[in-house]
Amino acid sequence: MSAEPIATFESSLDEIDVDLVRTTADRFESALAPLLDAPAVGAPLPFENVSLPDAVETDPTVAELEAAATGVTAAGYGIADYGSVVIQGGADGEEPVSLYADEHVAVIAASDVLPDMDATFDRLAEDIRGGTGQAIVATGPSATADMGALVKGAHGPIDVTVVLLEDA
Amino acid sequence: MSADNRRRKAEHIRHLLDTEGDSVHENTRVFNEGRYESTADLDDYEALKDEARAIKEDAIERLPELVDEVTEAIEDNGGTVYVADDAADANRYITEVVDGRNAVKSKSMTSEEIEVNDALEASGANVWETDLAEFVLQIADEAPSHIVAPAIHKSREEIAALFNEVFEPEEPLETAEELTRFAREYLGEKILDAEVGMTGANFVTADTGTLALVTSEGNARKCVQATDTHVAVAGVEKVVPSVEDLQPFVELIGRSGTGQDITSYVSLFTPPGDSPTFGGGDEGGPGDDRELGPGDDRDFHLVLIDNGRMEMREDDQLRETLYCIRCSACANSCANFQHVGGHAFGGETYSGGIATGWEAGVHGEDSAAEFNDLCTGCSRCVNQCPVKIDIPWINTVVRDRINRGKDGDLDFLVEGLTPDEEPGGVDPQKRLFGNFDTLAKLGSAFAPLSNWVAQAGPARSLMERTLGVDSRRELPRFERESLVDWFEARGPRVGPDEARRRVALYPDAYTNYVRTERGKAAVRVLEALDVRVDIPAAGESGRAPLSQGMVATAQSNAEAVYDALAPAVAAGRDVVVIEPSDLAMFNREYERLLEEDSYEALDGHSYEIMEYVYGLLENGADVDALPDGDGERVAYHSHCQQRTLDLEPYTTAVLEDAGFDVTTSDVECCGMAGSFGYKSEYYELSVDVGESLVDQFTTDDTADRTVVASGTSCLEQLDALLTRRPAHPVRLLDGR
Repeated sequence: MSAEPIATFESSLDEIDVDLVRTTADRFESALAPLLDAPAVGAPLPFENVSLPDAVETDPTVAELEAAATGVTAAGYGIADYGSVVIQGGADGEEPVSLYADEHVAVIAASDVLPDMDATFDRLAEDIRGGTGQAIVATGPSATADMGALVKGAHGPIDVTVVLLEDA
Repeated sequence: MSADNRRRKAEHIRHLLDTEGDSVHENTRVFNEGRYESTADLDDYEALKDEARAIKEDAIERLPELVDEVTEAIEDNGGTVYVADDAADANRYITEVVDGRNAVKSKSMTSEEIEVNDALEASGANVWETDLAEFVLQIADEAPSHIVAPAIHKSREEIAALFNEVFEPEEPLETAEELTRFAREYLGEKILDAEVGMTGANFVTADTGTLALVTSEGNARKCVQATDTHVAVAGVEKVVPSVEDLQPFVELIGRSGTGQDITSYVSLFTPPGDSPTFGGGDEGGPGDDRELGPGDDRDFHLVLIDNGRMEMREDDQLRETLYCIRCSACANSCANFQHVGGHAFGGETYSGGIATGWEAGVHGEDSAAEFNDLCTGCSRCVNQCPVKIDIPWINTVVRDRINRGKDGDLDFLVEGLTPDEEPGGVDPQKRLFGNFDTLAKLGSAFAPLSNWVAQAGPARSLMERTLGVDSRRELPRFERESLVDWFEARGPRVGPDEARRRVALYPDAYTNYVRTERGKAAVRVLEALDVRVDIPAAGESGRAPLSQGMVATAQSNAEAVYDALAPAVAAGRDVVVIEPSDLAMFNREYERLLEEDSYEALDGHSYEIMEYVYGLLENGADVDALPDGDGERVAYHSHCQQRTLDLEPYTTAVLEDAGFDVTTSDVECCGMAGSFGYKSEYYELSVDVGESLVDQFTTDDTADRTVVASGTSCLEQLDALLTRRPAHPVRLLDGR
């Protein structure tokens, strides 16, 4: 993976006010720690040698979900042009975890950052045909302008942070 | 339309201008500017639009086959597909599926079309709209006024007052943040209690049975995830062949609609999904210690709605409507919509320019007839549509059908007495404006007597009563000597041998009979640049009847104009046009009205006057042959159709080249739009739209500038609303 999509990804995230934290697998836990406001919920991460600390509840009740300050999930892809992350998966709870907490922390492998929408849809089409039931192209926090002014944080998270695993 | 109906319509519009106009204007302005900015960031905007258009053309062409394919894909995935013939059929099916359970919905215009909420509530189910704007409307019991932002007509203050009255919170709600947080919590409980999640779908892929939902709030995701049963309602036209086909739409839809590069969430669901559910029930609220249930037993129903669409597919004129992705660009870029909103510029369900096609197709022509006249054909939406639908044409065709609908073909007596090609049922007001050529000929022949009579009080009140010509508008004053007659007596002043080029100057009906001075100025300017000018006696272009939906008359005018100009074109001369709306006819509508060869020949040789002067200057003509602007400060309003053809920059460039200091307006349209501003039912809207232009030309920087405008209508509107007298820009270049 060339450095170019990563640089574009970073500037796109900057434009939509999403923080990017760069780290590696062995430094992941210390990079994540300051991002975790309690209570935190999460869905298991699929990256080698990377796991969530015990403080992150991976099997939350409805009440714990609703109360969560932070929700950590993996993202299947990043889209450099837009600063989007693609939240995939289902049974492990990626959807509610990324949706109910005040802040969504999306963990993504550098090698999964794709340059543009064209490349992304080629991959998504492949994944969907392979049985991945759900993919949310998420760009920044949820938002609404329906109440007379732009508000960040509508039904979904108010904040998004992206953690980039540079060696994954 | 009777005088009473006109008065009622005018009152309705006035009421909306007063109560909703400001909110609609402010919000659509943000969307409209956002779209221009966001699409300008795309390297390949035009190519993306072409791609999107091609996908839709192919999908609608193959629709029956794609419906079979998506049905198979979804059934293989474990879901069900139901193709509903009409609203009643859809509602019966959905009511059975919901079976009295609590349902939460995300925004779906198609569900508004079938009015599923009413059907569900009648069956005893509770239905909550979770999109915040739809929630506001549900509480207020109002209809959407915009297809993307349905509560665009309500201000924050009005929403706050509504919430405080209905919910009586301990602390009154005030800010947008407070209102949003309150609604999130309130609806969060409804979502917890719900067993059925209903969504629409922006696109459905035939190959995999994937729904694409374009949203921002996250409520659609919650409606699907929290519940055990997912019901998606979508028009049958939403099916596209494959997942890859989604890409151009995903890049275009947010930019085209609200001016966002992309909305917060583009959800690709391939249901039934397996996210853990909340399983419904009545516990809810804080302290809810329910475990999340497994999501592997979800029910999924895709209800594809026909409701007239398959007939639209067979209709050569309405078919394009099915390409619409409901982005709202045509509403946001429309001057009339910006001022009055979808409660006037809309039918039973849909609003904005393309709504005429939708309403005619799904609810019938009567619903389209309610608002179709609000499309003035200004064409500003044409370049904004991400699937390149010729929206003004659809409005014209439907207007023609409405004209012909009632007693149309029987009224042979009236028909025999009018000069046009239309049947008897056409409204007399439309017939008056549609036959402007005949009117102008007579007006000119009897000028100045005709002007005195027409302006006199009794004549004006009669015209207002019988024809709906608003007496607050000054009528055009016809010149006794037409431009054609003037030129015939005068003759060309540049010899054929010394001429740099030879042109046929097209004498549009306004320039020929009313604003002859700009025609004379055009002749002198061209001659100053060594062009030999002729003025063939060509008639009205067809723009006037076309704008009234009188397509047959427009076609007959177009053919006559072609016959009059064809010899000049065949002799290799250029056709120069002063009135932009007529050049736009040659360039756009003649493609539909003339034989292909004729259209191409005329279009290929036609130029707007200032575009032509620009070309002359670029190719060796000397700008010093024209008067020096000497820094004169000018405010220029280009014409809507001229801007659609990208011809504004030539006027600006020529004026600057000639030494003028130019600033331009950026409103979409002056609001006059041919006959529109004369019609008593629309006069006040027309003036309201015109005031936005006036605001731009009365700032500190512009208030003392000489005002120029290219279009006849724009000049009339500016003349009526400004104290300065505006002129066509070519007159600044006329040394006389």
